[in-house]
Amino acid sequence: MTEPLTTPAHIAQSIGLTTEEVFVGHHAGAAKAMRLENVTVTFGGRAAVRGVTFDAYQREVTALIGPSGSGKTTLLRALNRMHDTVRSAAVTGTVMLGDTDVYGRSTDPTLLRSRVGMVFQRPNPFPTMSIYENAVAGLRFNGVRKKSLLDEAAESSLVAAALWDSVRDRLKVHASTLSGGEQQRLCIARALAVEPEVLLMDEPTSALDPIATKRIEELIGELKDRVTIIIVTHNMQQAMRVSDRCAFLLMGEDRTGELIEFNSTSKLFSEPDDPRTLDYINGRFG
Amino acid sequence: MAGGIFAVLLIAFVVAMATQAVPAFSKLGVSFLWGSNWDPAHNHFGVLPFAVGTIETTVIAVALAVPIGLGTALALAYLAPRRLRAPLSTAVELLAAVPSVVYGLWGLVAVAPLFRTTVEPQLTSVLGWTGLLGGPNQGVGLLLAGVILFIMVLPTMVAISRDVLAAVPHDQVEGAMALGATRWQVLRKVIVPGARVGLLGAFTLATGRALGETVAVALVIGNSAHLAPSLKANAGTIPSLIVSSFGEASGTQLNVLFAAALVLLVVGIGVNALARVFVRSVKRSGAASVTVA
Ligand SMILES: Nc1ncnc2c1ncn2[C@@H]1O[C@H](COP(=O)(O)OP(=O)(O)OP(=O)(O)O)[C@@H](O)[C@H]1O
Ligand SMILES: [Mg+2]
Repeated sequence: MTEPLTTPAHIAQSIGLTTEEVFVGHHAGAAKAMRLENVTVTFGGRAAVRGVTFDAYQREVTALIGPSGSGKTTLLRALNRMHDTVRSAAVTGTVMLGDTDVYGRSTDPTLLRSRVGMVFQRPNPFPTMSIYENAVAGLRFNGVRKKSLLDEAAESSLVAAALWDSVRDRLKVHASTLSGGEQQRLCIARALAVEPEVLLMDEPTSALDPIATKRIEELIGELKDRVTIIIVTHNMQQAMRVSDRCAFLLMGEDRTGELIEFNSTSKLFSEPDDPRTLDYINGRFG
Repeated sequence: MAGGIFAVLLIAFVVAMATQAVPAFSKLGVSFLWGSNWDPAHNHFGVLPFAVGTIETTVIAVALAVPIGLGTALALAYLAPRRLRAPLSTAVELLAAVPSVVYGLWGLVAVAPLFRTTVEPQLTSVLGWTGLLGGPNQGVGLLLAGVILFIMVLPTMVAISRDVLAAVPHDQVEGAMALGATRWQVLRKVIVPGARVGLLGAFTLATGRALGETVAVALVIGNSAHLAPSLKANAGTIPSLIVSSFGEASGTQLNVLFAAALVLLVVGIGVNALARVFVRSVKRSGAASVTVA
């Protein structure tokens, strides 16, 4: 993690933290965008993922990897309180977004979700809205009315999602006319337009062909300077290509997912601390 | 295949009605369709008062059914406490199965007195300035017919709307939630627009039923052959005219009744066709499913 030429105190100040907050912990030099502490998600009393603790750092991509059913999606959805609508679901432990307690009593989930965006596995643009309306949907939800602001946000988010050049002449066209990869980039633009601090992505390329996948991966690299990314991926090559740090989840005997290892991506894939990680990356299970 | 059978049936209907109606047209021309004097004893067969009555009762019914039906359907699909949704939905479905004559009788013996003593006086004091509520409070009349029709079409409207609203893909709902939409915004901006094609179907069905309802309307509308000067006045609709005078009608009057039925049939088909055109244009403009490369 290389920071611009500024003093540690300056970095800390610029992101609203004390120097100590920034440098406590085992990854000195980077600021934490999101902190998970002992996070457990249960459905009807049965834990799907248990006791997960790790931090996601600013200007980094954190990947969640692990076999199917290890609770990657479940864990990711705990970070923007998407489980709120599932009645059987309960989240315990602590999730911090900066210094906001995500599950704090006074935290408004809709406000929180505008700070923690999400991109889903299947592209899900709103089919009844135009490309433009999709791009600004989040801003409208958040009460932005002013046309000039919406126009600006539509353009800049579509530019950021590498979609502007191909759609600038057909902004009024329905989003369902786009290809799958374009739809997914529109969903990324839509999420970026609200200027979230963190962007959660759940296997964002699993429904896309290799070329569209490559473009999204490049995009992730370009975006990480403006938003902290936490991405779930099944594809270990992808995790290696796009992520800086990696969390490996695996379900234990009781089929509950647990965090086996959290490490820098290069370390995790070259000399992991845990033998189970090695087994997984060598394709021995999952 | 089935479509072909229905098309044949439809043509058979039109032909049967038309055959019976032709003598009316050959004798009276077409102007009786918009004549306002209905007096069979003196050979006056103006159908306009009934056509207007049909439209007025339908408009009242649909104007009430659309917002209330949509609200109820949203509540049943998304808002009501989960434990209440199933019993409430069952209740709505049962209501849809009540025969219309029962609605009519209930309207006559239970609702009409309430209208006379309470609803009409209250409404008149609030909305009297519109000039739509002149005349005595008598219970039966145009307004009661419209309201009974509304109550009759509501269950069907709610049952269908609830299903199409509940069928909006969950990933759309989550997509909006993940952008910070409130529950209300999700309903308004994603669920209702996502279900609009189906909602339009529910709306068309309700309109069709209101246009054609016979017995219940005949019981509560007061059966007058005059253009109603007020929402509280007696009136008539084409179906109520047919059902109340078919028994003693003969000769030209019988042919005129068939002509009126034909008009109703054409209007019914027209409403349906209009809805179809609208549905098609909505579909073309992109309600299509998400394509994935
Ligand atoms: N809404 C739910 N109700 C009950 N159980 C659930 C629910 N959602 C997920 N689970 C359970 O949680 C466990 C973890 O599922 P999850 O979808 O998080 O796995 P995943 O790691 O994302 O898998 P995949 O790689 O296949 O996407 C599974 O056993 C699943 O059955
Ligand atoms: Mg998953």
